Amino acid sequence: MALKNLHSVKLDKGKCVGCTGCLKRCPTEAIRIRKGRATIIDELCIDCGECIRVCQQHAKIAVTDPLSSINRFKYKIALPAPALFGQFKKLTDVNSISRGLLRMGFNYVFDVSRGADIASRAIMEKLKNPSCPHPLISSACPAVLRLIQVRFPELIDNVVDVRSPMEIAASAAKREFCEKNGVKPEEVGCFFITPCAAKATAIRNPIGHKKSAVDGAISIIEIYGLLSSQLRRDRMGDSDDLDTRTHGGTALGIGWARSGGESLAIEEEEALAVDGIENVSKVLEEIENDRLPDLKYFEGLACDGGCVGGPIVFENVYIARNRIRKLVVDLPKEKISDAVTLEEVKQLGNDVCFDKPIEPIEAMKLDQDFSEALKKMDQIEEIRKKLPGLDCGSCGSPTCQALAEDIVRGYARELDCLFLLKQKVTDMAKQMVEVSELTRE
Amino acid sequence: MSILKEEFPVAAMDFVTAGEASAQIKRMLKKLGVDPGVIRRLAIACYEAEINLVIHSDGGKLMLELNPDNVTLISEDVGPGIPDIDLAMSEGYSTASDDVRMMGFGAGMGLANMARNADHFNIESIVGEGTKIEMVFDIK
Repeated sequence: MALKNLHSVKLDKGKCVGCTGCLKRCPTEAIRIRKGRATIIDELCIDCGECIRVCQQHAKIAVTDPLSSINRFKYKIALPAPALFGQFKKLTDVNSISRGLLRMGFNYVFDVSRGADIASRAIMEKLKNPSCPHPLISSACPAVLRLIQVRFPELIDNVVDVRSPMEIAASAAKREFCEKNGVKPEEVGCFFITPCAAKATAIRNPIGHKKSAVDGAISIIEIYGLLSSQLRRDRMGDSDDLDTRTHGGTALGIGWARSGGESLAIEEEEALAVDGIENVSKVLEEIENDRLPDLKYFEGLACDGGCVGGPIVFENVYIARNRIRKLVVDLPKEKISDAVTLEEVKQLGNDVCFDKPIEPIEAMKLDQDFSEALKKMDQIEEIRKKLPGLDCGSCGSPTCQALAEDIVRGYARELDCLFLLKQKVTDMAKQMVEVSELTRE
Repeated sequence: MSILKEEFPVAAMDFVTAGEASAQIKRMLKKLGVDPGVIRRLAIACYEAEINLVIHSDGGKLMLELNPDNVTLISEDVGPGIPDIDLAMSEGYSTASDDVRMMGFGAGMGLANMARNADHFNIESIVGEGTKIEMVFDIK
């Protein structure tokens, strides 16, 4: 268990009351309540952010970078996620977002939707190869990739080896800015404006490549207020003379913000888009069982609705999703193959593809030794039979099965179960009565 | 050597629980740390076998036997049996009803798919009594 995941979900101990809210909702059963507070098992956490969303006490916090962190660099580039475009009312001019970000202190803006365009083109090329695995699985959502590492390692080879739009955008932006202005890459910082914490983890600990081209992630909710007021200024006609919108994406690139947008962009008929981490799990299970033999592409996004439904955005997912839909309708209809040439993809070369295999995370394994694992499985079964099967969570483990496993793995005791404890107390009380009656005689 | 034996009953025409036995078997093998490639092949074969029991039999069971060298999966049912095994093994041949096909099952790939994914495959069937399929997956 030496794996360092460097997760982006942290607990505010002062706010956590040790209830079972997050415990019961974590899709990978990565949370335990210990000593009255929630703790996260690093190996199992996939950074989906479900616990951030469900915590009534707001004790689960996404760890992202503050806006002030951009000052670490002489030149600052903003990489707004396509989801950002769904956050604001009456946004008719996509350029106004770029202008707002420039006024906030960034020197350059490169839309991640442009990165999505490039990623789309690269994926389309991969799909043309008749020997590519079926279905190819999208690499865009880091939480889904981690879910595959933990729960579906046999599907790792199906993941398309194309980097995420965020990474591609960062590489392209840095290169372009440096060439244009004759500055050194180390003087330039790229900051992703993110709807989720999983992206922050993916920057610190990339999946499929050694190093991230992104220098930090700032949450949408952090800049929401500031950017809103900039947009208001913009609407009042104060557009300064800012040089903007040299690198926006197509409508299809912006569409990546919604579930199904990626499938639409890559023009694959036999594609399936699934959103919500539980739904993604279920469909991956179907793929594992080979129930979808005709499927060529699988787009799985951890958040309901897609990236617009991220845990650290301001707007309600359905409202934001609808705004993206309307925005995209009004933009020019440009095909990916017209917007991105193959030469462009080739020029970016290694910055587009993976340079390192995705490793499975063996968090489910009971023991390195097979016979020991078998023995433990028997013990787990024995203990589980004793437990009430109510999955109440009072013991601090999400289900009775999970408690049985925790006991065998050495993280919990049988008497953590309130029902077993009650039984034990009752038995002891009976014994005491018996003893006292004996001594009376 | 330690051997694990488990049995999973599968009810005929019960589409509510169809797939649960396979899911449970898969989870178990992952916990034991069986190689992902083997799990993938076994998952496919196991799911096919389970669905066959649901669709074609009058009820049966999946049996899992495990030792450090291999995993054996046996599917045994009571049911109509298969009159011509060679024909049933050919891809695309299916006796599934239209209703079942509407649900996306019964494409006639089941038995062939199982045989392809297992390292050893054996099938015995008696018409009017039932069918027994034995599949072995080498772990190493």
